Amino acid sequence: MIRPATARRSLLIFVLPALAIYLGFAVLPLLISIFMSLFDTGKSGTGFIGLGNYIYLFTQPVVSARFWNALFNNFKYFAIHVAVEIPIGLLLAALLTGGTLSRSEGIYRTLLFIPATLSVVIVGFIWRLIINPLWGLVGFPLLGNQLTALPTISLMGVWQYVGIPMVFLYSALIAVPNDVIEAARIDGASPWRIFWGIKFPLILPQFGLIVILTFIWTFNGFDLVFALNGSAPGPNYSTDILGTFFYRTFFGSSGQVADLDLGATVATVIFTLMLCVTTAYFWLVQRRLKAHSA
Amino acid sequence: MTTVTTELAHESRLTRERRRWNVERIAVHAVLVAFVALALGPILIVILNSLKTTPAIFGGPFALPTAETFSLAGYERVLTRGNFLLNYRNSLIVTLVSVVLTVGLSTLAAFALVEYRVRFVPLLAGLFIVGVMLPIRLGTIPLIQIMIGLRLMDTLWALILVYTAMSIPLGVTLMMTYFRTVPGELKEAARVDGASEFRTFSIILPLVRPGLAAVATVTMLPIWNDLWFPLILAPGKANQTVTLGVQQFVGQFLNDYPALLAALTLGALPLVVLFTIFSRQFIRGLSAGYGK
Repeated sequence: MIRPATARRSLLIFVLPALAIYLGFAVLPLLISIFMSLFDTGKSGTGFIGLGNYIYLFTQPVVSARFWNALFNNFKYFAIHVAVEIPIGLLLAALLTGGTLSRSEGIYRTLLFIPATLSVVIVGFIWRLIINPLWGLVGFPLLGNQLTALPTISLMGVWQYVGIPMVFLYSALIAVPNDVIEAARIDGASPWRIFWGIKFPLILPQFGLIVILTFIWTFNGFDLVFALNGSAPGPNYSTDILGTFFYRTFFGSSGQVADLDLGATVATVIFTLMLCVTTAYFWLVQRRLKAHSA
Repeated sequence: MTTVTTELAHESRLTRERRRWNVERIAVHAVLVAFVALALGPILIVILNSLKTTPAIFGGPFALPTAETFSLAGYERVLTRGNFLLNYRNSLIVTLVSVVLTVGLSTLAAFALVEYRVRFVPLLAGLFIVGVMLPIRLGTIPLIQIMIGLRLMDTLWALILVYTAMSIPLGVTLMMTYFRTVPGELKEAARVDGASEFRTFSIILPLVRPGLAAVATVTMLPIWNDLWFPLILAPGKANQTVTLGVQQFVGQFLNDYPALLAALTLGALPLVVLFTIFSRQFIRGLSAGYGK
C-alpha cells in the first residue's frame, strides 16, 4: 500500500523531468506564439494591436493572396493524400491479412514500409531524378508546370507514406476476432464477402484516425516542398503550402522581409485550424460511441 | 498485452491456413510484388547509379554497373568535399541523446501516471496524450528566442531539447499502455518487502522492455529525418545533421550526379537498415501509440 503523501511526492519526482521539458519546449512556445500574434513589435513598434495582425494577414492584398493560395494548396495536398494513400493502404493491408500469405507476410510488410523511413529530402531528390526529362522516363517537366507540380509532389508524398495507413489498417485487421471469420467461412462466405461484410465495418473507426493524422501531417508539411522547390515554391507559387508560407513569413526570403509577429499569426491560424478539425473529429467519435452504447 | 495475444492468434491462423498454390494466392503475391517493386525500385535505381560513372548514368540509367562503368568516385567526392562524416556524427549524437532522454523520462512519468491514484493524474495524463498530436513546429518563433536566451542557438543541444519535448508525449502514452499490463501483485510484493518507489520501478522495468523498444524505434525516425529544426535552430556548418547536409550538398553539386546519388544513398542507408532490423517493434509502437 502506498501512503497518499508518498504517492504525491513520488508522482512529482517521476513526472517532473518529462513534464518540464515537454511544457518548456513544446507547450510554452505554442502559447507564446499565440500571445505574440496580438502584438506588433517590428513594423511600427506600437505594441499590443489586438487582432491587427490577423486583419493584415487576411486582407492586405499581396500577403493575403499568398496566404489564401497556400491554404487552398494545402487542402489540395491533403485531399490527394487521402484520396490515393488510404485506398492503396487498405488494399495492401487487406492482401497482407487475407489469409493467403504465410511466412512472406512480414517480409512484404517491412519492404512496403521502407519508403516511409527515408527523409523527405531524399525522397524529393530521388523522384526529381527519376522524372527528370534527361533520363527519358517522363518527357514532360511535371514539376515545371503550374497544373501538374502540386499533384506530382503530393504523389511523391503518397509514395513515401502509403505504409502508414497500411500499418494502421493492418493492425486493426489482425485484431478482428478469429472465430467470427471462421464462422462466416464455414457458412460459405467468400473472402470478398468476409472482408466487406465483417472486417471492413470493424476497422471503420481506423479511417477517421488516419484522416485526422493525415490532416495534421499534411498541414504541418514543409520538408518535401522545400527540398524540391525552396521556400518560395514555384512555378508561380503553385506548390506553396502553409508550412513554406509560414517559413517565409518569419524567416524572410528574397523580396520578403522577416516578420516575427506575422509569423506567429500564421502559426496561430494553422494551429486553430488543426484544433477545430481535431476537436470536431473527437466530438463526433464520442457522440457515435455514446449512440452505440445507448 | 492485447497486441501480443492478437498477433499470436494471427500466427496460428496463418499456419493453419498455409495452403497449396492456387490462382488466388498467385494473384495476391503478384499484386504485392508489384507494389514492392514500386516502393523499392526508385531507391534501387539511385543506389545502382551511385556506383556508376557519369556517362553510364545518362547512357543507361536502368542498367547494372559493369566492370567498365563501375566507379566509386561519387562516394569519394562526397566524403572529401561534403562534411558527411561530421554530419553523421551530429545526427548520431542528436538522435541517440534525444531517444535516450525520451525513453528514460517517458518511462518514469508513465510509471507514476499509471501507479499513483492522485487527483490530478488523469489531467496530467491527458496533457501528455494531447501532445501526441501537437504541431510543435508552430512554436518555432518563440523556440528561436528561447534558444537565443539560453545561449543554445546553433548547438546540438537546441535540437536535442526540442526533439525530446516533441517525442515525450508519444513516449508517455505508449509506456502507459505497457505499464497497465504489469500485474499489480508484483508491485505490491516489492512494496511489502520495503522497497522504495524507485526500487519498485526498477523491479518492474524488465517487464516493459518491449515498450522501451517500441518508443525508441518510433521516436528515432522523425528525429533523424527532420529538416525543419536543423535548418532553423542549428544551420551552422559544424552542427548540420545528415538530412540538412544532404539538402545543402545537393544544392551545391547539382551537376555532379555520381556524388549526388552517393549522398542520397549515404543519407538514407542507416535508418533503412535499422528499420529493417526493428520493424516489428516499430510497427507495434506506431499503431499502439496513435491508436489510443
